[in-house]
Amino acid sequence: MRAPFPCRPLAAVALLALAAAGCSADAGGSAERLSQPSAAPATPAYGDTFIDSLLGNISSLIPTITSDSASHEVGGRIYSGLVNFDKDLNPVGDLAESWEYSADCRELTFKLRPGVKWHDGRPFTADDVVFTFETIVDARTPSPYKSEYGLVEFVRAEGPGVVRVRYTQPFAKALMNWATAMLPKHLLEKYVREGKIREAPQNWSAPIGTGPYKFKELRSGEKVVLVSNPDYWDGRPYISRIVYRIIPSQATTFLELKARGVDATALTALQYKRQTNYRAFEHAYRKFNHPGNGYTYIGFNLKDPRFADRRVRQAFAHAINKREVIEGVRLGLAREATGPYKPGTWVYTDKVKTYPFDMAKARRLLAEAGWRPGEGGLLMKDGKPFTFELLTNQGNDERKKVAEIAQAQLRELGVTVEIRTLEWAALLKEHIKKRNFEAIVLGWGIGIDPDQFVVWHSSQSGPDQLNHISYANPEVDQMLEAGRTTCVRADRLKYYHRLQEILAEDQPLLFLYFSDALPVVSSRVYGIDPGPNGIRFRSEKWFVPQPLQRYTAG
Amino acid sequence: MKDFWRALRRNRLALVGGVVVAILFVLAIAAGVLSPHDPHKPDIKRILDPPSARHWLGTDQIGRDVLSRMLYGARVSLAVGFVSVGIATAIGIALGAAAGYHGGTVDAAVMRLVDLMLVFPRFFLLLAVLAFLKPSIWTIMVVIGVTGWMGVARLVRAEFLALKEREFVLWSQSVGASAFRIIWRHILPNAMAPVLVAMTLGIPAAILTESGLSFLGLGVRPPYATWGNILNDGKEVIELAWWLSAYPGIAILVTVLSYNLLGEGIRDALDPRLRQNVGRFGGRGR
Amino acid sequence: MIHLAPGDPVQIIQGDVPMELQPLKEFYILYGLDQPLHVQYWNWLKRIVMLDFGRSFAPHGRPVLTMIAERLPITLTLNVIEMIIIVALAIPVGVMSATRQYSTFDKSTTIFVFVGFATPDFWLAVMLQIFFGVHLGWLPISGLRLPVWEYLPFWQQQWDFASHLILPITVATFGGLAGFSRYMRQSMLEVIRQDYVQSARAKGLAESVVIGKHALRNALLPIVTVLGLSLPGLIGGSVIVETIFAIPGMGQLMVQAVFERDYPVIMGNLVIVASLTLLANLIADLTYSLIDPRIRVGRRGRR
Repeated sequence: MRAPFPCRPLAAVALLALAAAGCSADAGGSAERLSQPSAAPATPAYGDTFIDSLLGNISSLIPTITSDSASHEVGGRIYSGLVNFDKDLNPVGDLAESWEYSADCRELTFKLRPGVKWHDGRPFTADDVVFTFETIVDARTPSPYKSEYGLVEFVRAEGPGVVRVRYTQPFAKALMNWATAMLPKHLLEKYVREGKIREAPQNWSAPIGTGPYKFKELRSGEKVVLVSNPDYWDGRPYISRIVYRIIPSQATTFLELKARGVDATALTALQYKRQTNYRAFEHAYRKFNHPGNGYTYIGFNLKDPRFADRRVRQAFAHAINKREVIEGVRLGLAREATGPYKPGTWVYTDKVKTYPFDMAKARRLLAEAGWRPGEGGLLMKDGKPFTFELLTNQGNDERKKVAEIAQAQLRELGVTVEIRTLEWAALLKEHIKKRNFEAIVLGWGIGIDPDQFVVWHSSQSGPDQLNHISYANPEVDQMLEAGRTTCVRADRLKYYHRLQEILAEDQPLLFLYFSDALPVVSSRVYGIDPGPNGIRFRSEKWFVPQPLQRYTAG
Repeated sequence: MKDFWRALRRNRLALVGGVVVAILFVLAIAAGVLSPHDPHKPDIKRILDPPSARHWLGTDQIGRDVLSRMLYGARVSLAVGFVSVGIATAIGIALGAAAGYHGGTVDAAVMRLVDLMLVFPRFFLLLAVLAFLKPSIWTIMVVIGVTGWMGVARLVRAEFLALKEREFVLWSQSVGASAFRIIWRHILPNAMAPVLVAMTLGIPAAILTESGLSFLGLGVRPPYATWGNILNDGKEVIELAWWLSAYPGIAILVTVLSYNLLGEGIRDALDPRLRQNVGRFGGRGR
Repeated sequence: MIHLAPGDPVQIIQGDVPMELQPLKEFYILYGLDQPLHVQYWNWLKRIVMLDFGRSFAPHGRPVLTMIAERLPITLTLNVIEMIIIVALAIPVGVMSATRQYSTFDKSTTIFVFVGFATPDFWLAVMLQIFFGVHLGWLPISGLRLPVWEYLPFWQQQWDFASHLILPITVATFGGLAGFSRYMRQSMLEVIRQDYVQSARAKGLAESVVIGKHALRNALLPIVTVLGLSLPGLIGGSVIVETIFAIPGMGQLMVQAVFERDYPVIMGNLVIVASLTLLANLIADLTYSLIDPRIRVGRRGRR
């Protein structure tokens, strides 16, 4: 049944010797080749099952009320929004055929695609769009995305195929709002009215969307099964079934990948670089590498007088060797961050102050700030040594390694760092929200739009808000406000370039790196079109040529 | 006492266990001197280097020396074993002594508490308690200790029930010695034998428990290296760097094995009668 | 959408825009922790008896009882199979070691026992996955069924399910088997030394009859109790086994709940598992009195 990767046959029974003789290096002398012709006919064909892997459990099947990546991955196939972003991150129509901005940038009119049907056969209409908006902003809907809609003045259905949205002020991110999953009014309305959206069957056992795949089955902690939607507006997807296997351990998932128990996963840097370079693997899988959508940083609590001093932060930026961090943590599979924007995107500029590795300069800056080496080379000020606690979340090996490398590098400087890892939920609740931390290693996932108002604006440093380092710079505030209230790209560019300059100068956080995303997909799958947005855009157009289909079922 | 040593010496397996335990102690205490490298210092030019003359047990994912980390890890792992068993024993003795000496309501209350605690699978209880507490190495030790005292309490109680009717106790009572003094000076020393055995067998269980928690990512946190931590790091790269999984795995196995051999040896040497009382169940700490 | 992410796919909650503070507060209200102690206790008892654990804090907000109910059968099945295997193997092994004390067989099982106790189960699990799952490709690595299980013919379905269970059950039984065979051996040794066994032998009864009929029966008595008492240990072991082998049972649910600080799920799990243990002890006690009719309820307190 299962065709494992051919490995060197091993006679040794001792399990230990086994691990030692692992088949990672070479897999020659195989008894059984994977039955795959090298030049397969690439004619699209319907059929086959695609077995994807999820590391986390599903927490909800209404994407509006959940924020975990597993639920969004599945939800993204079941539901669709008015607009989507293509592989180059340009907005394209999904349930909306077209849209139009008003001259003052405050109004957006969508023309809906005619003939779109919900999975239960009911037509999708403008009322559903209005309902989706009302659901998100309803006080009793536990949606993490509410604040994104704060500037919406109204949403109106102007006939069954037209929706008009008005904002209280020009809002650059307006289009982003409408990429959210559209919800079926006819099914969810009564639950939303009672404030019980979580209890709707659509949230767990019977989600109904307009997306390329229909929900078939969910077994908690085991799998989610989707089947292709024959009535999808862009044509029936080629692959007829998608099974998401839930495997809560990255190590197990990788073993499953090697045994062909899953068709896709995301690799770690070590797996990408050193564990997948043998012939059988390269034959069976296609590896991808694209810049990821987030950066890792070391953040300081700027309420702490030591870190409020910019020279200290700049000194740390000089003392922590980013190349070494990237090499050590990502084996080079990352791009150095100079600010909060991804290199290669339209808003990015590299004309900002940089901090090359320079211990002498770091020491000088610290000395200026009053930190001088005391006994044993430890930095002292007012009789106190420079010691701080660096928090990060448990379970993220990469961040733990960043912390450990930073710890070693800062020790050279005479700064003592104590690392503590906490579960994500506890870290957020007890430390980040209460501003009860000295320094943190975390990551920001950045959106498609460059607006980062919620992260940097001084008004956003309340307990439930995201400026948890309590950064405040009037000029930054100005740039953020200007940048989000115009829809002229050239103007925005000016504001955001200035923003990057100030942030680089200020170093409110040490911007470390943007990791590369390293997805891997079975090579029997054709039609993958990678781009800056990753590989998943239009995955309903993926197909498995007839002779390569593995699971005849369905 | 002489008989005890003679009996223990005759038991070759126990002797081997004892020697290994002793060596481990020396290694753990001398970790600072013996470690060839700084256990916390990353070296990105030597990521996952296989065992070599420079790094006898290879390096880990950020190029730290595995041997040094294992030596320091021995410290933490043994400390976790000792402190948590110490806590468990202290609670067990206090409650067991109270129950056995006073009997009646106190006894009933303590034994019901024991029954209640025993109803929970230890690993579930540990996880549940950890969910409410802030993680630190002390939390782990305390939690393992607090969820593991029931066996000792039972043992001590049983010994007390037997001992308190003996003449020397009755005599002390008749001359008006305080209960605490009688317990502390007269009964407890005589009841210590099974407790000692339980402790010796409890330490490996605690070490296994900690490594299991670490493996789930809920155990002792960095910067402390424990064997469980190193194993947890190693599981992601097990086929690439077998040394990261093999050595700490073997270390745990050998340590637990040695303690068990030693513990059983002590038990047999002390009194074959004890075989029945010191049950092995729950010995794995789950 | 800008978000702060754990960056670790295993931990699934992303602290998104309004990072909610709700859960702990809800939990306090749910369990009435703001009320006086005796009221709390009474309410708590009431809830437990009604098996009302509230709803999960996760966005799906499903009732905790439902979540446990869909996972309980899996954990229970695994544990019952483990128990049967342990008993089936440990009794003959224990008896043989005892009747041939100090033989090669006895010595090798003793070694097995000690190694069994000392092997970290998670380590064994990963080793077995690599050996049988990846290198040999004989057994599935994780999960309970093939993802396309529904489309297999009936017998293949059964085989597929069984083959998925082999590795996890091997790992879970390893430690328990060691313990039981040791206990069985001990129990048997005690019985063999008893007068009635000696006298049965003296009467010239065949050794097999002596062992099988007289000794074994009496040696089995304490085993029944021990079996009941060891259930929590087995269930506790499922935490690690289920996590490594991606088996959607209660252990896995517990670990996830701890990571997510999903307190209602944690509490519900704990209560259900404890009830299971109580039930198992009760069954053990009843079985005990069935096997040995001399024992009446009154004498049981001795244990």
